[in-house]
Amino acid sequence: MSGAATSAPAGSTGRLRTDLDLIAQWIRPGSQVLDLGCGDGELLAHLRDSRGCRGYGVEIADHHVHACVRQRVNVVQANLDAGLRMFADGMFDTVVLSQTLQAMHRVEAVLREMVRVGREGIVSFPNFGHWKHAVSLLAGRMPVTRQIPYQWYDTPNIHLCTPKDFEILAARLGLQITDRALLAEGRPVTVLPALRATLAVYRFETR
Amino acid sequence: MTSPPRSVGSVKPQPYAFSDPLPLASGASLRDYSLMVETYGTLNADKSNAVLVCHALNASHHVAGTYADAPRNVGWWDNMVGPGKPVDTDRFFVVGVNNLGSCFGSTGPMSLDPASGKPYGARFPVVTVEDWVDAQARLADRLGIERFAAVMGGSLGGMQALSWATRYPERVGHCVAIATTPRLSAQNIAFNDVARTAIQSDPDFHGGDYYAWGVVPKRGLRVARMIGHITYLSGDDMAEKFGRALRGKAEHDAYAFGYGVEFEVESYLRYQGDKFSEYFDANTYLLITRALDYFDPARNHGGDLARALAPAQCKFLLASFSTDWRFPPERSREIVEALIRNRRDVVYAEIDAPHGHDAFLLDDVRYHRAVAAYFDNIGREVGA
Repeated sequence: MSGAATSAPAGSTGRLRTDLDLIAQWIRPGSQVLDLGCGDGELLAHLRDSRGCRGYGVEIADHHVHACVRQRVNVVQANLDAGLRMFADGMFDTVVLSQTLQAMHRVEAVLREMVRVGREGIVSFPNFGHWKHAVSLLAGRMPVTRQIPYQWYDTPNIHLCTPKDFEILAARLGLQITDRALLAEGRPVTVLPALRATLAVYRFETR
Repeated sequence: MTSPPRSVGSVKPQPYAFSDPLPLASGASLRDYSLMVETYGTLNADKSNAVLVCHALNASHHVAGTYADAPRNVGWWDNMVGPGKPVDTDRFFVVGVNNLGSCFGSTGPMSLDPASGKPYGARFPVVTVEDWVDAQARLADRLGIERFAAVMGGSLGGMQALSWATRYPERVGHCVAIATTPRLSAQNIAFNDVARTAIQSDPDFHGGDYYAWGVVPKRGLRVARMIGHITYLSGDDMAEKFGRALRGKAEHDAYAFGYGVEFEVESYLRYQGDKFSEYFDANTYLLITRALDYFDPARNHGGDLARALAPAQCKFLLASFSTDWRFPPERSREIVEALIRNRRDVVYAEIDAPHGHDAFLLDDVRYHRAVAAYFDNIGREVGA
């Protein structure tokens, strides 16, 4: 998961997690940002310091909330599956959900909520269609990899999908995909991305 | 910079007298009043490191430390305020003030009414959260504090902190409001009314002028405290602490088939009630519960809390506790939502803790770590 600084796209600080670095570059300076499942607040802190953005994180874990306070990042401790009622329509320029979609109980609801409270949404998720996963399945075992490092019986990842799966759902929900990046080791994958990318990042808005 | 947590040690309260009449929300005004105050730590040269701690129903200016002549009388938020504690008195100058109408040294119903030379009793004016805040602002003037780095409080104290943020927006850097609510629910008011009825129906109450009779409506106060205490604990907490244990008997011993104190929980509540009725003033209980009932900043804004909080300029830390059914997390979330609508900076911690409303006074690592980290940031901001 840790994108080496050498593989980070140009113009980045090289300190952010790879997908966050890409996401940060998709966000216009000065934007109002909502980061769902914001972890220790590194994206919001980075956006504040390097792009003059402001916003809020939503996070459930106590230690992450504490880390957000230390980073001086606005954070609301809440369960995303309980909804985003706290946020008014169109309050944000961009709503980010990084590497959390696959752990949500109500995937459709959260995607709809993202484009209700924001002008656009950005999601990233591990690509379940990676060839190593297929090999593992062919060998008769659920895959356990760097991107999905959990045993089947204790995984938080209940809604794994492939890029194509996501695109079909997005179309069904009336979401217009405006940007897509399929990454491996932090670099865009151009040859056989559906099989070789470990991570998918999408930007979308309502049609 | 931070040392291991210690007590602020022996402290001394100090009265501050005010002679300018204080206009009250009711239309009445109070002249010649005094406020009992304790301070901890040192006000820095540019007076930027002051923190005001507002108290709840039954507390006072005695926030931290002990008294030389009463070493067991520990301040009510001693685990929060002190050297090396979340609100670090090595960095901050902390002010505790007893509110008007309370019974720990500030002017209240027990004080002599200058107009009659007798205790105010029932004639002490009803004061509101906003009135308290106005009085605290005058105290700040007296202490030379133009702007508090933070105003903080739990429960009713949190209401005062919120009120500071909108009433004196230029005088507050941060508002720290814990286990609080933007208004009491019908159920909250109902509990308060039962408590007040218990006091007012005690034959020793004498319409609030019991001082002249040399009595105290202890029985009423005791019931009031028992009711209040139930609302401070969670059901699970009570089950855990007392269960159905019988006092001085094994669980399976025979019942006494009478109406005396038989269950541990009865014994505990009565002990709490008795203790309380020894030191708390009945008129103060009426007054403070009424101030709680009246607090509703959205009332003058068509019920729109975001509009009510719009004047606030400060940053906010809010915290609530999952098993608090007196002021549950939903109420804090309403405040957070209103603040976000106003695009204010806010941190909201919802602590999963078993101890009900009382949790804000207890040790909880997650809660104290969040407050400590937040105050560390404040300290950096003000150079403390």
